[in-house]
Amino acid sequence: MNIINIEHIAKIYQVGLEEVRALRDVSLRIDKNEYVAIMGPSGSGKSTLMNMLGCLDTPTSGKYEFNGVNVSDMNDNELARIRNKEIGFVFQTFNLLPRSDALHNVELPLIYAGTSYSDRREKAQKALVDVGLGDRIHHKPNELSGGQRQRVAIARALVTNPSIILADEPTGNLDSKTGEEIMQLFNDIHEKGNTIILVTHEEYIAEHAARIIRLKDGLIEKDEKVSKRFIPTREKTIISL
Amino acid sequence: MIAFRALKANKVRTSLTMLGIFIGITVVVLMSTAIKGIDNSFQDGISALGSDVLYIDKWAWFSNEEWWKLRNRKSITMSDYENFKSLVKLPIAVAPVINSQQTVKFGDKRVDGVFLNGSNADYVKTTNFTFNQGRFYNEVESNASRQVAVIGSEIATKLFPRGDALDKTIKIGNANFKVVGILAEQGSFILGPFNPDNQVFIPIGTIFKNFIAQHRGTVTFNVRAPNPALLEETKAEAEGVMRKVRGLRYDEENDFSINQQEGLMSEYNSVVGVIQIAGLFITGLSLFVGAIGIMNIMFVSVRERTKEIGIRKAIGAKRRTILTQFLLESSAICLLGGIAGLLAAILGSMMLNQYFPTSIQVDAVIIAIGVSALTGILSGFAPAYQASKLDPVDSLRYE
Repeated sequence: MNIINIEHIAKIYQVGLEEVRALRDVSLRIDKNEYVAIMGPSGSGKSTLMNMLGCLDTPTSGKYEFNGVNVSDMNDNELARIRNKEIGFVFQTFNLLPRSDALHNVELPLIYAGTSYSDRREKAQKALVDVGLGDRIHHKPNELSGGQRQRVAIARALVTNPSIILADEPTGNLDSKTGEEIMQLFNDIHEKGNTIILVTHEEYIAEHAARIIRLKDGLIEKDEKVSKRFIPTREKTIISL
Repeated sequence: MIAFRALKANKVRTSLTMLGIFIGITVVVLMSTAIKGIDNSFQDGISALGSDVLYIDKWAWFSNEEWWKLRNRKSITMSDYENFKSLVKLPIAVAPVINSQQTVKFGDKRVDGVFLNGSNADYVKTTNFTFNQGRFYNEVESNASRQVAVIGSEIATKLFPRGDALDKTIKIGNANFKVVGILAEQGSFILGPFNPDNQVFIPIGTIFKNFIAQHRGTVTFNVRAPNPALLEETKAEAEGVMRKVRGLRYDEENDFSINQQEGLMSEYNSVVGVIQIAGLFITGLSLFVGAIGIMNIMFVSVRERTKEIGIRKAIGAKRRTILTQFLLESSAICLLGGIAGLLAAILGSMMLNQYFPTSIQVDAVIIAIGVSALTGILSGFAPAYQASKLDPVDSLRYE
């Protein structure tokens, strides 16, 4: 069963008098529990594709089916609902609310989903424990390290139990050791049956994925299955923060 | 909740913005309570005049006639009064009144420019006077033009701080008068010298004897109808009788006026209406300035929190959710400012009340709170709408 089914989508921006074809003609299918990395140099259209996949933006032409539902011509509110329920975002710059503590940041999507207070508190707490931050739930982002912040963001992405996790350069602002720990976390999440789409331009990050899609000039240059780099997960999951 | 978090995070800015609304609401509420206070005391004062009393006078209280036309009318005399009184049937009391201004003294205490009221024993029947001590002068005293006086409550406190005025001899002008009665507090400050509290009442014969030459001055008749319902009938009768007394032919205009409280009321209402509108308009402007302040700060806030809006949208906030959040923020600022302003206004009007009549109205309180909430929603709407329209992709990229 495809979670994502994209057929011939294109995105054209009007910048002044010039037309910028960020995506020319992209077709793509992603199945449940896949671990996909989207790669490409800057200007290749990978950000545009990721906005499209994340339902933050709609294509100029082409068709985008999410879980069998056509989202390419949904309105803002319907897209907001899809983002809320079906997609978990993890950003390079974490994008946490700076003045709210970890718990509030994690429960925010549940507030928008209309979950009851006690229910969302419980779920948010559990999500924070799952990413190894059980003892940091009342810390604000500026009281947390970069790796911890990204864990809060991951907890926030997981808390609604979405169909896909969409991570945009999740290790871009982290040192390589912390980055590796975060990638471990993604591996664990994947092993629990989640679908992960990773946008990156770092080859060694993309190597965590089982499939790498390379973009160039708004087209898919290469779409290949790769043998997953062997990592003895069980041993490396020890969280040392 | 989300709205309050944001407000708490920006304490200084929030409280400065609130100050605008605070001042606005304070002055609007103070203004309206002051107006209401003046209004109340005027109503009280006017009702002291009695809604069932006619005042037949050479002068009209309100008139479109030229001033000189009124001046050229014949004065109304005591013999007019005798004739009038013998001919009218409806009134329960008719009293002649003439006024003079005099200095009143007792010992080393004095009150200048006191309104001296000269009438007869029927005068008290045309009023609703109540007495602290003593009585009104009687018919014997009035007919004999005795040197007796009834004094208003304020005159009494000024001359006799210890409250022992009864039977004392006071000096009015250069003549001695015995105090036979002290009125209880009657009117309100709004009537000024016409307030019975500031007046002294003596028999009309005595006032002519001591202060006014008989042929000078014009007498007013205070005519009391049996009840307010019969006022118009009494008025019609009085007009007919008065025309007869004055010897007017059928084609001559009245050379007297019949005044009544109602005229005063409508005149007052038109004046106060203008003051009210002007006052509320001016103070409303300050509330408006406060509202602009809020709008401004909300625009800044939307700009500053573009990234936050982007994050919220990315994780599923709908347009409506963002709109509501910002509207709640601006109305919370306004409501808090409004409530604080209201409390300040209540305090202020309590303090003012010592010098000036004020009256806090429940409806003013409700309106003040309503207005401040509304101000918040209206001034917050444009910024909130702008926030809700932000594109999530652009706002996430915003630094």
